[in-house]
Amino acid sequence: MSGAQTSTGTTRVKRGMAEMLKGGVIMDVVNAEQARIAEDAGAVAVMALERVPADIRAEGGVSRMSDPEMIEKIQATVSIPVMAKARIGHFAEAQILQSLGVDYIDESEVLTPADYSNHIDKWAFTVPFVCGATNLGEALRRINEGAAMIRSKGEAGTGDVSNAVTHMRKIGGEIRRLSSMSRDELYVAAKELLAPYDLVVEVATAGKLPVVLFTAGGIATPADASLMMQLGAEGVFVGSGIFKSGDPVQRANAIVQATLHWDNPDVVAKASRGLGEAMVGINVADIPVHHRLEERGW
Amino acid sequence: MIASPLVGVLSLQGDVREHERALEAVGARTCRVRTEEELSHVDGLVIPGGESTTMSMLAVRTGLLQPLIDAVRGGLPVYGSCAGLIMLATRVLDGRPDQQTLGALDVTVRRNAFGRQVDSFECDLDMPAVPGGPLHAVFIRAPWVEECGPDVEVLARVEDGPATGRIVAVRQGKALGTAFHPELTGDGRVHALFVEMVRQG
Repeated sequence: MSGAQTSTGTTRVKRGMAEMLKGGVIMDVVNAEQARIAEDAGAVAVMALERVPADIRAEGGVSRMSDPEMIEKIQATVSIPVMAKARIGHFAEAQILQSLGVDYIDESEVLTPADYSNHIDKWAFTVPFVCGATNLGEALRRINEGAAMIRSKGEAGTGDVSNAVTHMRKIGGEIRRLSSMSRDELYVAAKELLAPYDLVVEVATAGKLPVVLFTAGGIATPADASLMMQLGAEGVFVGSGIFKSGDPVQRANAIVQATLHWDNPDVVAKASRGLGEAMVGINVADIPVHHRLEERGW
Repeated sequence: MIASPLVGVLSLQGDVREHERALEAVGARTCRVRTEEELSHVDGLVIPGGESTTMSMLAVRTGLLQPLIDAVRGGLPVYGSCAGLIMLATRVLDGRPDQQTLGALDVTVRRNAFGRQVDSFECDLDMPAVPGGPLHAVFIRAPWVEECGPDVEVLARVEDGPATGRIVAVRQGKALGTAFHPELTGDGRVHALFVEMVRQG
């Protein structure tokens, strides 16, 4: 759209897009066939990437933005939004993804960082960005750079939900703490969080982030999805958990059901039946700290 | 005439909370609707923004589709924004072949008609059905109404840019649909219009 009265790429349009995904599941896919399975299962969006985090972890090497041809094939296959990942700080990859017309960019710690000091200036883009966070200060720094959606990081590619829990509890706990503080205490709170004062005041007043908060990193079962929704997630990213399991179609359906009916254990119980093997997984505690993806981002 | 009507928000997926806030701001009580039982208590229903294909699929799988169709045919006032408008339509272009709708509005809608997310936009609209001057509208991967049946009243059209003239708000009987999201702007006039329709029963 162009013209005097219409404007694209506004904060409201970017943040609003994430509002429309709430209550939904966003699934990692590496080809058009997987994208079709995800859409058929009721995913609200797909994340196009070359290798799921479990394979990135197993194979090692530098992990980059996906081949545009693969992203275009997925765009041609599904009608739900298509997201794609850029490396932290790699604004040229982000420019390419915007030019391809992806609906959301994930500036992601799952890929090898391109800049160990700076994240992308996300205000400079028309396409909206989602970023990972392990705590409230990190979330607010990303929002200050223009992120229109936040996901708790967890530890991608493990199938171990424990870090997702830690990060979601941490973000929620810090928000509750801010809400209980008097106005004159928020200056120091901002200093301690390493976050902009205005955003700290906004969170303290609203009792929530100014953008949608999803969860990610280790969700592998319907029960995991229900757990994270009960801890305050507004929706779920599932990476390796679906297509590294024994029966991706069944599992994708089950996680969608559990995310919708997260507060109804009878439905989650039914969805959990007969799903076959979950992804084998790795305990986060067994991964050396310098190999943990959650440590990426600053 | 119902003084403080109970308006349900279909809560399969989407921006449910924003609609609840907008409805409460104009004097309605709200509740979330995910089951037939919950649907049976409401005086009116809002279908929120979200992913229309996902919402349709979940309505089928939860067994809620037929009760929704029956309720709407039975005269329950309904309002849908964006994906909600698609859910209320009779015919959908660029949807999934298995996409189900409620058929409350005799219109053909085109899904993602304005383009991808980078084409999502805000603009002012003239909508004479809501008093008080132009309405600021937010369009997110929005549909438009491509064709209307004879009983459908056109409430607003795009006034600027390449989509000039496209229909983006319609009403037919007790069904109201907008391609944009008044729940995201803090302007309660569209929700007030709908709550008035609910009050009239």
